[in-house]
Amino acid sequence: MTEQTSAEWPLYEVFVRGKRGLNHVHVGSLHAADDDMAVRHARDVYTRRNEGVSIWVVRSDAITASSPDEKDPMFAPSGDKVYRHPTFYSIPDNVPHM
Amino acid sequence: MTASTTLEGDGREADLLAGFESTIAHNDRIEPRDWMPEGYRKTLVRQIAQHAHSEIIGMQPEGNWITRAPSLRRKAILLAKVQDEAGHGLYLYSACETLGTSRGELTEKLISGAQKYSSIFNYPTLSYADVGTIGWLVDGAAICNQVPLCRTSFGPYGRAMIRICKEESFHQRQGYELLMTMMRGTDEQRAMVQESVNRFWWPALMMFGPPDADSPNTAQSMAWGIKRNTNDDLRQRFVDMSVPQAEALGVTFPDPELRWNEERGAHDFGQPDWDEFMAVVKGNGPCNAQRIAHRRAAHEDGAWVREAAMAFAARSRDGHADTTREETK
Repeated sequence: MTEQTSAEWPLYEVFVRGKRGLNHVHVGSLHAADDDMAVRHARDVYTRRNEGVSIWVVRSDAITASSPDEKDPMFAPSGDKVYRHPTFYSIPDNVPHM
Repeated sequence: MTASTTLEGDGREADLLAGFESTIAHNDRIEPRDWMPEGYRKTLVRQIAQHAHSEIIGMQPEGNWITRAPSLRRKAILLAKVQDEAGHGLYLYSACETLGTSRGELTEKLISGAQKYSSIFNYPTLSYADVGTIGWLVDGAAICNQVPLCRTSFGPYGRAMIRICKEESFHQRQGYELLMTMMRGTDEQRAMVQESVNRFWWPALMMFGPPDADSPNTAQSMAWGIKRNTNDDLRQRFVDMSVPQAEALGVTFPDPELRWNEERGAHDFGQPDWDEFMAVVKGNGPCNAQRIAHRRAAHEDGAWVREAAMAFAARSRDGHADTTREETK
C-alpha cells in the first residue's frame, strides 16, 4: 500500500483562459504522470462545458509562493502609500476630463 | 503546511489564533497556507474527503444503468452525468489535498473504510426510474446542502462547491425531466416512478444528517464557518421545495404526517428511521460491501496502468530519442 502511495503521480496546478482577452486563472489541481497527460486531464476535469480556450499546467513543486506567516508582512510597504492612488489628489470640479 | 511546528511559544500561537478568528469573524476566507487550528484542519479534511468519496462512490448506482438506458439520448445524458460525478470528486480531492493530505492516502482511507461517504449510495438502483429519482431528489438534496457551502470559510472548498453547484443543476433537471416523460407514459411506467420515489424519499431526507440535537459537530463547524446551516434547517428547506415539485409531477411522498403548517409557513413532516440511518452508516446498508469492493477492484486493477504511465514518463524524461527509436522498430 505504501508503495502505491509513493508511486503517486505528481501534482499539477491548472490555469484556464476563459475566453480570448482574459488572463489564465487558477482553477485547481490534478495528478498526472507527465506534462502532456496533465493537459489532457485538465481538459476533462476543468473544461467539460466550454469553460476555456487555453490551458496551462505546471508542476505544483515548481511554484514558489509568498508566505502568509511572515512576521513583517510582505504587503505592508504598499499599505501607507496613499499617494499612489488617483483619489489622493483633489482636482477642482470645473477641470474636465480628469 | 506545518506552521504550528515553527512556533516559538504560546504567545505566538495565541496571536495566530486571534488572526485566524478575526478572519472568520470578518467572513473572509482561510487559504491553504494560512495558519489554522488543528481541529479546523481535521474537520475540513473529514468533511471534504467524505464529500469527495460520495461523488466517487455515487458513480456506481447510476453507472449501473448506462448500458441499459432506453435511448441514445438518455445514454449520452447519463454518461455525461456520471462523468460529472467523477469530476466533482476530483475537484474536492484537489481541495482536500491543499490541507496536506495526499490523494493516495484519501483513496486508501475510502477503500479501508476509515473514511465515510454519504449513506444514500448504499441503496440499490432497482429500476430505470431510479435514475430520474436520484437526479430529482438525491441531487436536489445535495444542492440544498451544497449551495450554502459555496460560502464556506475555507477558500478551496468554497471554490470547488461553486463549480459543482453549477453542474448539479443539470443533474437535477435531467432527472426531473426523465420522470416527467415516464409519467406521460403507461400506467406501468407511472407506477414505476411512484415506487422509486417511495424508496428514495426517506434516504434522501437522511442525507442532511442526524437531527440537530444528535449532531455534536454542528455547533463547532458553524462557529468556524465551515457549515452555514444546521441539518434540520436544510432538511426543512428541502421538504418545502420538493412538495410542489411532487405535485407537478403527479407523485406522492410516503409520509402520512406531511402537511402544510399555515402557522409556521412550512411543511410538517415525519422523521426518517434514524436506526436504519445509523445501521447504514455503520456499514450494514444493502450495498455497502458491494460499493467498496467495486471501488477497491477498480483501484487495484488500475495499478498497472498508473505504474506503466509513470515508467513511460520516466523513460521520456531520460531521453526522448530512445522512445522514438523503439516505436519505429
